[in-house]
Amino acid sequence: MIPLTWYLILSGMLFTIGAVGVLIRRNAIVIFMCIELMLNAVNLAFVTFARQLNSMDGQIFVFFIMTVAAAEAAVGLAIIIAIYRNKATVNVDNINLMKW
Amino acid sequence: MEIVIPPFDLKSISLIIILTISAIFILVADVFFRKKFKDSLGYLSFLIVVITGMVAFTQMGKPVYSFSDMFVVDNFSVFFNLIFLISTAIAILLSVSYVKQEGINYGEYYTLILFATIGMMLMAGGADLLTIFLGLEIMSISLYVLAGFRRDCVRSNEASLKYFLLGAFATGFLLYGIAMLYGATGTTNIKGIAEFLANNPALSNPMIVAGASLLIIGFGFKVACVPFHKWTPDVYEGAPTAITAFMSVGPKAAAFAAFLRVFLVALPDVEQKWSIILWVLAVLTMTVGNLVAIAQTNIKRMLAYSSIAHAGYALMAIIAGGDFGIAGLLFYMLAYAFMNLGAFAVVIVLGRKGEENANIEDYNGLGYKHPLLAVTMCIFMFSLAGIPPMAGFIGKFYIFSAAIKNGFIILAIIGVVNSVISVYYYLRVTVVMYMKEPGREFAPLSLSPFLILALIITVWGTIHLGIFPAKIIALAQKSTLLY
Repeated sequence: MIPLTWYLILSGMLFTIGAVGVLIRRNAIVIFMCIELMLNAVNLAFVTFARQLNSMDGQIFVFFIMTVAAAEAAVGLAIIIAIYRNKATVNVDNINLMKW
Repeated sequence: MEIVIPPFDLKSISLIIILTISAIFILVADVFFRKKFKDSLGYLSFLIVVITGMVAFTQMGKPVYSFSDMFVVDNFSVFFNLIFLISTAIAILLSVSYVKQEGINYGEYYTLILFATIGMMLMAGGADLLTIFLGLEIMSISLYVLAGFRRDCVRSNEASLKYFLLGAFATGFLLYGIAMLYGATGTTNIKGIAEFLANNPALSNPMIVAGASLLIIGFGFKVACVPFHKWTPDVYEGAPTAITAFMSVGPKAAAFAAFLRVFLVALPDVEQKWSIILWVLAVLTMTVGNLVAIAQTNIKRMLAYSSIAHAGYALMAIIAGGDFGIAGLLFYMLAYAFMNLGAFAVVIVLGRKGEENANIEDYNGLGYKHPLLAVTMCIFMFSLAGIPPMAGFIGKFYIFSAAIKNGFIILAIIGVVNSVISVYYYLRVTVVMYMKEPGREFAPLSLSPFLILALIITVWGTIHLGIFPAKIIALAQKSTLLY
């Protein structure tokens, strides 16, 4: 059997990839995908802990995170579409009307 | 397998039930109402919030746990609920004529405000990290939409996108923190974590250390403390002004409520031994907020930086801790609700469709043309600066004395120095109103009975809390016990 620590390491790696992606990518949709990656890394961590601790709480939590992520996706994509209609770009470098 | 359904107590979530049903009712009613009658949705939601506030008062008293210890009604959460309901009620008053003027008079506007309030209540009453997370998300998702409510305005879109991307990013950190705490303690219940940590040293476990740091990042984003504040000014500037007013008060108070409950109840060890980290955060927040506010020319941005600075004062109350600190935070949040909403109300009164008139130079000579409005603005500015006899003074006095009493003397001194710096930019508004010639004709004010009512309530609150604070302070002191 694969030890549980490996899952935690994978989860940490996914989370880091997501966080770095948010910081260095410039396309709003890709940034959003990176955020989803972070949330899924959290899900993996929760499931691993739930397995390790033999408790259901972590698995229940994962369901809630998935639901929230779905709601967030709906709102987020709508916002991105709204901004694309007005500016015809989703590059966050060009979305810079307000500074300082 | 036998499934046991744990007992649940609907009375404890009666506020949330009332608000949910009414929010859904407004959403449905919106479809059947003709454009002419859309205003009545605003009146209706105001009425509902007032009724909910009355119900909230009756909940004061003994703490009640319900839903398998996931939700709690204690004086602390009731006090915060009152702050949320006051800020929601005033925000609705500010909105009724504002949404008509901006051409965004849709029923879902009020529904979203009510949903955001529900989220805040779940955060203040959450006794489980799951409830707090859900409350946070219900609140945030509603606010993402509200920030972008002027769909055809690019600034509003931009505010919404920035708020959404950074808010969701912060949620990721918060959740990873929760996962770490769950892994280390085996539960997400706040009481459960506290019990586990009472028997095991917290800071020797790297997972708890990592979890607590990630939680600080997550909550730090929500309360907009430096260095997690970069989204605040942009979002506050771009969002519809009524929503900015709402966002700067309710959600901030909600994030502080959750912050306080998690760190004082679940992780008291971390809170005490890490007070140096929070110390640095508080000092940075106050100083950066106040210094950058000086450079602002747009009043909405200035108020955004001022709200960052005020988050720093509130953090100070958390660091001071103890009954005195918590009571200080509660009082401060209430005082801040009145004065900040009032300042934004004046900004709305001066705004017109298409031109917000939100530059500080647009206030030149306001004192000659509209003396009463200028006096009102002065009251809010003095209160935000912490000049007696306004509410802001008592609030700051209370927090600073709590910090000194608990041995954080340097922090209190830095706080006072910051308070003096802040006088500069608050008084600049007063100076341009009375000592500059108006650059151009003032457009007619967009006053409506509701805006006047909102101004009266906020002025009354600001002055009343400043002159007769005893009753509210007594109430705050009764609400400090956390379970």
